[in-house]
Amino acid sequence: MTFINYASREINCKIVYYGPGLCGKTTNIQWIYEQANPEKRGKLVSLATETDRTLFFDFLPLDMGTIKGFKVRFHLYTVPGQVFYDASRKLILRGCDGIIFVADSQRARMEANIESIANLATNLRENGFDIRTIPYVLQFNKRDMPSAASLPDLERLLRFRNEPMVEAVANKGIGVIDTLKAAARQILMELQRA
Amino acid sequence: MSKLDLMLFEEEYKLLQEIIGRLSKDASAKVVFLVDKNGQQIAAAGDVKSIDATSLASLTAGNVAATDGLAKLIGEKEFSLLFHEGEKDNLHISIVGKRGILVVIFDQNSSLALVRLRVKKASKELQEIFDQVELRAQKELDPGSRFESPFSEITDEDIDRLFGD
Repeated sequence: MTFINYASREINCKIVYYGPGLCGKTTNIQWIYEQANPEKRGKLVSLATETDRTLFFDFLPLDMGTIKGFKVRFHLYTVPGQVFYDASRKLILRGCDGIIFVADSQRARMEANIESIANLATNLRENGFDIRTIPYVLQFNKRDMPSAASLPDLERLLRFRNEPMVEAVANKGIGVIDTLKAAARQILMELQRA
Repeated sequence: MSKLDLMLFEEEYKLLQEIIGRLSKDASAKVVFLVDKNGQQIAAAGDVKSIDATSLASLTAGNVAATDGLAKLIGEKEFSLLFHEGEKDNLHISIVGKRGILVVIFDQNSSLALVRLRVKKASKELQEIFDQVELRAQKELDPGSRFESPFSEITDEDIDRLFGD
């Protein structure tokens, strides 16, 4: 749900990073946080366990600049990837404007990726969204791993709606901004279609 | 645009701001925030600069969402009030209508009873404004509406510029 404040001339959009455990959702937004101009980023809030696994969510507010005289602000959230945190995942999708699905390229994680997409579809539906129409980007993370599956294989298994795909190595920042940009483009174009 | 989009215009914003400004004074609160259930800050009053409002909004919404989840688990519709007591400062969180959350931060200069009383009155007024906002939003969805979005002409270049390209 985009929040458009005509009084303060601000647009707020919520983007959620989704994907299986340890696929690199938090790494994506940590990298954005480290690279962003300190004046344009807010505090990175991480609700994590003692072992740095996401417990509830990570949150990063980003000021992107202006569009048509309106300040654009993105609120980036990650969900906890571990299977048993499903109730929390569902809550975080509430009112989201777009999804970035972070897939783990390693062959051994393919089943986890597929399960996570199915889980996303269910949780979106329960929040009143449709995975086939909501702004959506597919990121293939960990492209540098020796056991990474080939791009055609990943595409065949995980791509389902002609969504933009981005190859990434999130801990080195490769593909991170391109992914965010692809999501931003879809969300803002959605405003245009109003 | 999804029909759930929240659009706030100058006059509505002013009214909301006025109500929470009054609440902040009447309840002798330190700060009052109005947040939406998705974690976006709508308005604030009092000593706003002392707190990271964006994180507060997002964490409050997370807190309310988790508590909502708990309520449903035990067969309740929602818990309409959360209270966190600290050593010096306390947090009073209440639900306003379908999409609003009112957060009042107060210390020993006020009391829970006073805050509860003032929040009750303010909530009613806020609810009326939210209803108006919703009614207007529905009217604008009507194909015959004359409302024109300023974003109808967003271009690829506009988006590239956001990313400094």
